[in-house]
Amino acid sequence: MSGQSGYNPTNPVEKWLDERLPILRFSKEHLMDFPTPKNINYWWTFGAILMFMLVIQIITGIVLAMHYTSDASLAFDSVEHIRRNVNYGRIIQGTHAVGASMFFFAVYMHIFRGLYYGSYKAPREIIWILGVLIFVLMMATSFMGYVLPWGQMSFWAATVITEIFAAVPVVGEPILVLLRGGFAVDNATLTRFFSLHYLLPFIILAVVILHIWALHVPGNNNPTGVEVKTSADTVPFHPYITMKDLFAVVVFLIPFAWFVFFAPDILGHPDNYIQANSQITPPHIVPEWYFLPFYAILRAIDFDMLFISSKLGGVIFFGGSIVILFFLPWLDGSKVRSGSYRPLFKPFYWLFVLNFLMLTYLGAQAAEGIFLLLSKVGTAYYFAYFLLVLPIVSRIETPNPLPASISESVLGNKGE
Amino acid sequence: MASDATSDITKRDFLYVATGAMGAVGAAAAVWPLIDQLNPDASVLALASIEFDLSTLSEGQSVTIKWRGLPMFVRYRTPEEIAQAKAVPLSDLKDPQTDAERVKEGHEQWLIMIANCTHLGCVPVGESGDFGGWFCPCHGSHYDTAGRIRKGPAPLNLIQPEYEFLSDTIVKIG
Repeated sequence: MSGQSGYNPTNPVEKWLDERLPILRFSKEHLMDFPTPKNINYWWTFGAILMFMLVIQIITGIVLAMHYTSDASLAFDSVEHIRRNVNYGRIIQGTHAVGASMFFFAVYMHIFRGLYYGSYKAPREIIWILGVLIFVLMMATSFMGYVLPWGQMSFWAATVITEIFAAVPVVGEPILVLLRGGFAVDNATLTRFFSLHYLLPFIILAVVILHIWALHVPGNNNPTGVEVKTSADTVPFHPYITMKDLFAVVVFLIPFAWFVFFAPDILGHPDNYIQANSQITPPHIVPEWYFLPFYAILRAIDFDMLFISSKLGGVIFFGGSIVILFFLPWLDGSKVRSGSYRPLFKPFYWLFVLNFLMLTYLGAQAAEGIFLLLSKVGTAYYFAYFLLVLPIVSRIETPNPLPASISESVLGNKGE
Repeated sequence: MASDATSDITKRDFLYVATGAMGAVGAAAAVWPLIDQLNPDASVLALASIEFDLSTLSEGQSVTIKWRGLPMFVRYRTPEEIAQAKAVPLSDLKDPQTDAERVKEGHEQWLIMIANCTHLGCVPVGESGDFGGWFCPCHGSHYDTAGRIRKGPAPLNLIQPEYEFLSDTIVKIG
């Protein structure tokens, strides 16, 4: 999509550079002139917000690494040292910790926007798959980051999550020992998690570049799901979308700043201010809020299925709940992208959103009684949405008529 | 020269495959140290066995000690607890083991096991749960007075390490 590009350097230096490394041409075509559907709404700003958050996390993270010590006997105190002694350390550490939550909030918005507007459908399957890959990398990165302060929650999260791998038949136990670097989570585990926590954000950045590259082949989806037909359907990325994204980032910064300045620990858990102790498990361990829906799915499987034990079963469903996202482009067969024109899809979609929120709530509750029963119902619907609802609805549904073009949907008859 | 074009191609194919195979073996050999460094190092393995003096415990008491970085329960069981564990029919058990298989002969009062729940590794709480043994607060597994799984998501009884009694009061673990 380079219809509106017009980079014609007149300056001899620019011309000289353009013939050797066309970086200015590339920037103009992809960061400024890139034709963007003119009807994209605020749900589309989360992409820019996520890019902003990745940069924030990398900058604050690099700074924190200058003061942090990744040794099991010193790690806990070094985080306290950052918060109490290092100049502005309280703010920088708070920004990084709250930033993880804000990052996940934004990524969930971004994913659910894609689910509603069918952004995963042809020709955007690769964009979607790369996005799911980024999500998986984000989970790995934030999990390892959570272990670094070496509090009780850090330690027991590391124990429980690495133990998940032990559920794999035959090779599970050796893999567990390999991951931990010992028979229990200890210093070797902490030092490798620190090393990988520093590495993974740069891997994420690389996949983000591929994600945007893949996006710039067909261009953005939009709320109608109708492809761009003429240049009248688009506006240049700069200044129209850059300004809109910037405004969204500013709005996003308001709650972010509130957390950092007034309640930096409200999203965390008090037990993480007790240093790690391998002899005592805190009475109620819960993951960070952004993992709760998947944690609820893990715990919902408390029964054996044929030869599969409840432990392995839980792990299969837990992993499956993410892996299934990779196949989404081929599970939803509807040719109509946008949920706005799909009357039968819409109620099931919103039920899926409510179900996801319910699983988030259930992940924080004790796994017993009504909570356990609801977790099972929620898990069943989560999978049914992908494996039954989407394939069936896309076959039996009669979509509403689509607008002829993006322009028509924006201007109605006035455009004629 | 006797070789024609066809046999020449076959020979080249063989050389390509052989070279590629050797290259792959070389690459794998170079990668292995990078993977194996993740495994427990010599200092971790050096702590593989410990000795513990049981005379410090009185009846009904239990302690948590550390072995290879793992927490271990050592419990001095009361006669009632032993009788309770023996009375359980094997058909009631998810991971069937008799009480005698959980202890050493002549030392029935000593129950020694790794203190990590076999579900996801939390440390269960002693003298609690529905069976008077251990209860794991993380995901609700109940163990009896022989450390056997009775209820909840854990698949196995609490794991027991290799151990032997050097005397009536000294036990060697590992």
